[in-house]
Amino acid sequence: MSATTPVLDVSGTSPIPFSRLVRVELRKTFDTRAGRWLAIAIAAMVVLVDAIVLIVTVVNDQPVSFDDFTGAAAFLTSILLPVLGIMLVSSEWSQRTAMVTFALEPRRPRVILAKATVGVVLALVTVVIALAVGMICNLLYGAMHGNADWSMSWGSVLAFAATQIFSMLGGFALATLLLNTPASIVVFFAYKWVLPIVFAIGGNVMTWFQSFGQWLDFQAAQRELFDPPLTGAQWAHLVVSGVVWLLVPLVLGIWRVLRAEVK
Amino acid sequence: MGAVIEVSGLTKFYGGFQAVKDVSFSCEPGRVTGFLGPNGAGKTTTMRIMVGLTPASSGEATIGGMKYADIPNPGRHVGVLLDASAQHAGRTGREVLSLGARTMGLPLSRVDEMLALVSLDGKEAKRRVRNYSLGMRQRLGIAHALLGDPQVLILDEPANGLDPAGIRWMRGLLKSYAERGGTVLLSSHLLNEVELIADEMILIGRGEIVARGDKKSLLAAAAQGAVTTFVTALDNAALASALEGKGLTVASAGEGLRVEAEAVEVGRTALEAGQVLIDLRAAEGGLEDLFLELTSDTQREHL
Repeated sequence: MSATTPVLDVSGTSPIPFSRLVRVELRKTFDTRAGRWLAIAIAAMVVLVDAIVLIVTVVNDQPVSFDDFTGAAAFLTSILLPVLGIMLVSSEWSQRTAMVTFALEPRRPRVILAKATVGVVLALVTVVIALAVGMICNLLYGAMHGNADWSMSWGSVLAFAATQIFSMLGGFALATLLLNTPASIVVFFAYKWVLPIVFAIGGNVMTWFQSFGQWLDFQAAQRELFDPPLTGAQWAHLVVSGVVWLLVPLVLGIWRVLRAEVK
Repeated sequence: MGAVIEVSGLTKFYGGFQAVKDVSFSCEPGRVTGFLGPNGAGKTTTMRIMVGLTPASSGEATIGGMKYADIPNPGRHVGVLLDASAQHAGRTGREVLSLGARTMGLPLSRVDEMLALVSLDGKEAKRRVRNYSLGMRQRLGIAHALLGDPQVLILDEPANGLDPAGIRWMRGLLKSYAERGGTVLLSSHLLNEVELIADEMILIGRGEIVARGDKKSLLAAAAQGAVTTFVTALDNAALASALEGKGLTVASAGEGLRVEAEAVEVGRTALEAGQVLIDLRAAEGGLEDLFLELTSDTQREHL
């Protein structure tokens, strides 16, 4: 083979642009029944939960604010979004499509980054939908009850968006680490629901554990975001617990995917 | 033109188990290279290493002088089919191709062209892969490999699950692809499939290459000088005695005779003896024997 006649002329081929990878990964999220129904279920349940809040408050003649509607939606989507984040990664392994994906784009970090981008985009879309549904419900409340409370700070919108993204990426990180849908979902819920209980009990039993637990309880640290401004210590709790529960699994998981033999 | 696929000193360990042992070969453009060996011989592992899905323990594989991961938009240059079942069961055949076309930046009309090429009709393309037979999955996989109009094809067991008509179709497809200058590497554990399609064969057993070459040279090596011919005459007994009269070893085989001599020698003897021949051919069972013999210590069934 001489240098002048390359056996495979790739000079005219440009690498796959990142935006294209993101579009393809976004499409993959919705082109299966499982993905499509999960997305529909998230939207439907946001509507359902806000509708219940609306009915209960109107019937019982209780005050409710825009904040309450988005809060209810946020609680719900923070449970469902991570499942979407998990499926972004784990379905490639359980359905073995990673073989095709990584054959078409062997630069694996780009594929992982595209998937994470899709996760963040979907989290933000969910926030917008939740805000829109909350707004409609609050309008209805105002129409039915007389006075709608529109108190809602930009701070809590940002906190809402941040916690949803953390939640999504938490699922994403676990999925890269475990590469298995059911295991990732189980571990995610254990970490999201069981650990805070352990921290609460531990804190009540042993006082030293309470101050120690603050540094590890990522869920509690995230709740502080809804009550700004945060103190220096609260920011520190958020960063440290975030490193432990989000960054470390994400780094280990990505390291695993980059090295894994794709079967 | 030189080799397109270049594999040199490829070795893969899984713990203490050596799945691929110092495998080196090359594939030239315009030719179909068959990678032949029993199950678990290391064919798939070698192909997976070639496209970067499995890291090699040592050695390297290049395509067009590049590592696979260094090829920009590799689907446009190398068509890969490693496992036809590695598709999301919940996607339709068309969607699988459409995702590939979108990733590679191809117009979606390419999807219809490929569906037509592999004879998956509109109805079948709309079905989910879950409901596909293995043969349909193979067709879809071949369509996916050809999407980007690549110059190189790497296919692992592409004929697996195809019916005889499908195998004939694929043979024609790959031959004409190679005639247009394409490079094809395909693997199989079935000798018959490969010998019909491949211009060149690489025999692998227990992770090692045990023989290589075109069919003729492999047969010559297998025969080791002892050529066998099958012949059937109207009067086999008379022909047998004529052959024996020349000092040739003759044995009866089926409806005819098995002679340890070149076909031309047998024909000449028949002419001299005035015998009418119905059938005269060189024995070709040698290739299968060779295959089994070369890979015998890797077979699960002992000969």
